[in-house]
Amino acid sequence: MASTDTTSTASKTDDLAGLEAGLDALEAVQVTRTPVREVLVKKVLPPLVAVALVLLVWQVLVSAKVTDEYKLPAPSAVWDSLATMWLQGTLFDVLWTSVSRALLGFLMALAIGTPLGLLVARVRFVRAAIGPILSGLQSLPSVAWVPPAVLWLGLQDSMMYTVILLGAVPSIANGLVAGVDQVPPLFLRAGRTLGATGLRGARHIVMPAALPGYLAGLKQGWAFSWRSLMAAEIIASSPELGLGLGQLLENGRNNIDMPGIFLAIILILVVGIAIDLLIFSPLERSVLRSRGLLVKS
Amino acid sequence: MAITIAKAEDRATVTTHAARIEHVSKSFAGPAGRQLVLDDITLDVAPGEFVTLLGASGCGKSTLLNLVAGLDRPSAGSIDTPGGRPALMFQEHALFPWLTAGKNIELALRLRGVPRGERRGEAQRLLELVRLNGAYGKRVHELSGGMRQRVAMARALAQDSDLLLMDEPFAALDAITRDVLHGELTRIWEETNLSVLFVTHNVREAVRLAQRVVLLSSRPGRIAREWTVDIEQPRRIEDAAVAELSLEITEELRGEIRRHGQH
Repeated sequence: MASTDTTSTASKTDDLAGLEAGLDALEAVQVTRTPVREVLVKKVLPPLVAVALVLLVWQVLVSAKVTDEYKLPAPSAVWDSLATMWLQGTLFDVLWTSVSRALLGFLMALAIGTPLGLLVARVRFVRAAIGPILSGLQSLPSVAWVPPAVLWLGLQDSMMYTVILLGAVPSIANGLVAGVDQVPPLFLRAGRTLGATGLRGARHIVMPAALPGYLAGLKQGWAFSWRSLMAAEIIASSPELGLGLGQLLENGRNNIDMPGIFLAIILILVVGIAIDLLIFSPLERSVLRSRGLLVKS
Repeated sequence: MAITIAKAEDRATVTTHAARIEHVSKSFAGPAGRQLVLDDITLDVAPGEFVTLLGASGCGKSTLLNLVAGLDRPSAGSIDTPGGRPALMFQEHALFPWLTAGKNIELALRLRGVPRGERRGEAQRLLELVRLNGAYGKRVHELSGGMRQRVAMARALAQDSDLLLMDEPFAALDAITRDVLHGELTRIWEETNLSVLFVTHNVREAVRLAQRVVLLSSRPGRIAREWTVDIEQPRRIEDAAVAELSLEITEELRGEIRRHGQH
């Protein structure tokens, strides 16, 4: 360094500030949101086209009389069933009976699965003891729990909730365990240097870092809740239990009412998809987007 | 930052060292029994001093930094950091992606015990110090690599430790950005009177930044030699004096590496 006088030092720091501002401007990552039109064309249109195609193929098969009408009803017959239920005012009662059960069951599964998952993830002995059982339970179809639940609790709502819990709790707990396991060790080290150890570490580092895995577990937990409930409703029908979507399906079989069966299946599918689309997907997307983890396709 | 600077200077007058590493050894269980990684390291970092630890792969420089940071314990010897828990910066920015840049800094303040009402203002001040005034509400993924490291620096400074440990913090950056961050680090070090222990394998970077360069030998890591750097700041990595000393140190480093090929 030939010149070390203050003016040159000052201009040098100014240089640095300017250079830095330029670099920041050049390298700043532009985050843009997709316009609504593009969302409509790229995300909404394709599934609509697919549904239209399915309906078309269905109608063609019916028109070609590939099988007896009582085996394959026309789309219009299913639509008529829907209209009848709507006019009778039973449609929303049936939907609400099942949806309210599933959501309440899911919330209970959430309340049990979350602390259970934390225990399994953080306490080595608990993990060794019940970790394998918990992940094994996920592969057990929850319909298997219906017969014992009926014998334990009788034909009551509590039996439905038991089946939902046995189906959904393992999913939620396992999702949280997976989320905690995938927390990068670097975050834990950084947290420790900042003084986040023990409970403070769990609260400020581990829980937020595990959130994406936890949400994925919740999503799966909802799917399991809904499936378990449908299994329970189909098998265990009783006048005291009220009419849910599962019973609607079972009634269709008893009455050899194919349009009613189709309607029940479609409604079960629609509810499952709707809850996912309205609650879980937006939640998951907003978490992933805020972390820059959402890859634009 | 005025408060932080004053505090650091107060402490500087009380203690004689920011870090004292005495006869520290560290061994790990390896496939061939216990492996000695660090062998009898003794090193003082004076208050306000900038020291770089230089060495090839396997010299245990990151291990030593982890020991000083308190993330691991030495097998033998003692480490004293009178200023409390040192701040640590990694090669990766290690910012938390679920928080904004500002909130990352505020978390460090919160964990240090700064009252809620003062956190936001202090975070803004720290962002200004690293010249990122507008970055408070930015998410980590919206920042460039250089900006992320500056936020990480601000977060490390938020710990208000008088010792900053840096583990190759600029190794993953492009040359121009690294150059700028060298300038920033020098400026902040001069403004805050921090003590810095900076690990690198880049000789020129070591000479560009430090008052003292400590060369570690590899497997096990021992202090091989050290140099005092008498070149006046602000330096540049291209300066002839920096290049000259770098050449000398590189020769020594190469000698250390060559020894490992001979048996």
